[in-house]
Amino acid sequence: MERKRLTRRINTVAARMLVPVALVAMPAAAQEVGEDGKLLLTNGISTVEGASGGGLASWATVAGNATKDGIGAQVGATVAILPDYDFSSYSVAVGIFDQVELSYAHQVFDTNKVGGALGLGDNFTFQQDIWGAKVKLAGDMVYGPTWLPAVAVGAQYKKSLDAPTVIALGAANRNGIDYYVSATKLFLDWSVLANVTIRATKANQLGLLGHGGGSHDRYAVEVEGSAAYQFSRRLVIGAEYRTKPSNLSIAREDDWWDVFAAYGLNRNLTASVAYTDLGSIATFDEQRGVLIQLQGSF
Amino acid sequence: MISLAIALAFAAATVEPTQAAAPVYAQPGEEAVAPYQASPANAGAKPFTGESMARAFHGQDGIRRIVDRFVALNFADPHVGEIFMNQDKVRLKRTLFEQFCFILNAGCNYTGRDMKSAHKDMGVQQADMNRLVENLQKAMKDEGVLFAAQNRFLAKLAPMRRDVVDR
Repeated sequence: MERKRLTRRINTVAARMLVPVALVAMPAAAQEVGEDGKLLLTNGISTVEGASGGGLASWATVAGNATKDGIGAQVGATVAILPDYDFSSYSVAVGIFDQVELSYAHQVFDTNKVGGALGLGDNFTFQQDIWGAKVKLAGDMVYGPTWLPAVAVGAQYKKSLDAPTVIALGAANRNGIDYYVSATKLFLDWSVLANVTIRATKANQLGLLGHGGGSHDRYAVEVEGSAAYQFSRRLVIGAEYRTKPSNLSIAREDDWWDVFAAYGLNRNLTASVAYTDLGSIATFDEQRGVLIQLQGSF
Repeated sequence: MISLAIALAFAAATVEPTQAAAPVYAQPGEEAVAPYQASPANAGAKPFTGESMARAFHGQDGIRRIVDRFVALNFADPHVGEIFMNQDKVRLKRTLFEQFCFILNAGCNYTGRDMKSAHKDMGVQQADMNRLVENLQKAMKDEGVLFAAQNRFLAKLAPMRRDVVDR
C-alpha cells in the first residue's frame, strides 16, 4: 500500500478511536463499595463483538474494573487494517457484581474497492449491531483452585443493518443469535492465561454478511481458543484461533487467528495490537493485517 | 579471656530459665492473643520443595525486606490502611515473615494462626484483597524477584482468598 494512502488511513483510524476512549480514560470511582477493584487486565480487552475477552475470542471475564461488590464498565474502539478492507468495532460493556455482563458493539466493515468489484459500489460498508449478555456461572480466573476456571455462558444477538444486501449475497437471515460457553484461567504457576470457548452460530463473517446460507441454515458449533503469557502486571502476549462456519456459497469463509499484545497503561487504559489473518473475505483472499485497540475501563 | 568466655557460655547453657519461655504464639513486644494450637498447617499452603524459590526471593534476608516493605505499603495505603490501622504491626511482621519463609522453603517454622482465624471479622472485601496482592507485587518487584517467580508464589496465596475475604 503506498505510503501516503496508508498514513491517511491511519490518521483517520486514530481519530475515530480516540474520541470515545478519551471520554472515559480518566479515573472514575464507579464502584459503590471499595475502590479500584479488579487486578490489572483481569477484565480482559474488548472483543470485536463487544463482549470482554481477547480480541477475537469471548472469555469468561466480566467487563469493567469492579469486583463482586460493584458495577463497572469498559469502552473499546478496535480497528483492523487489511489489504482490501477496513474494519472497525466500537463497543461498550457493563460488568455487574463480577457476574453479569451486558455489551453492545457496532461494527463497520468498509469494502473499499471490493465493493465496486462486487457490484455494490466502492466503499460500500456493511454495518451491524451486536447486543450481548454473559453470565459467569462458576470459578474465578485468578483465585480459587487451579483446576476450576471461570466458566461463563453468553449470547450475542446480531443484526445486520444491510438486510437487502446480505440476503442478496445468499444469507438466509439478516439477524441471528450466537450462543457460547467459555472457560478462562490464569495459571499463576506458569503465568499462562488460557481460554476455550465453544460457540453455536450461523453468522457469516461474524454476522456482517447475515446468518446462514443457501446450503447451510443450521447452527454450526465452532471453537475459539486463546493462550497468552503474562510477562508483567501490565503486559500479556498471546495468540488466538477461531473457527468459523462457511455458509455462503458465493464466498468461502476461513478460520481466523491472531497474535496479540495487550498492555495496561494504567487502571483505566489498555492498548492492544495484533497481527491477524482473517483469510478470505467475500472472495478476496489473504486478508492479513494489523488490528489495534484502545480500551477505557472503570 | 577466651577461657572466661567459654566458662560463661557453659554457665548460660546449663542454667534453667527462672520463668517459662514465651509461648510460640505470643512473643515479647506483641499484644496478647488468645491461645491457639500452632501448626504448620496454619500457614494455609504446602511449602515449595527445593531451593529455587527461596533463592528467587534472595533467601531469608530478601523475604524479610519484602515483608517489611509489604507491611509498610499496607499501613500507608489509602484503600486498605484502615484495615491495618488497629493491627499489631510487630506481630504481623513476624508471622508474615514466618509464613512466607515457610512456604518458600527458606528454613522457617510458621507459628501464627490459621488464615481464617487471623482474618476473622476484619471485613476484608475482594477489592481489598486485590489491593494487597498489588502491594505484595510492588514489594517483590522492589526486591528484584522475577515476575514468573512472583506468580508462582501468588499461586500459593491465591487459594487463601476464601479464608481472607469476608463473604
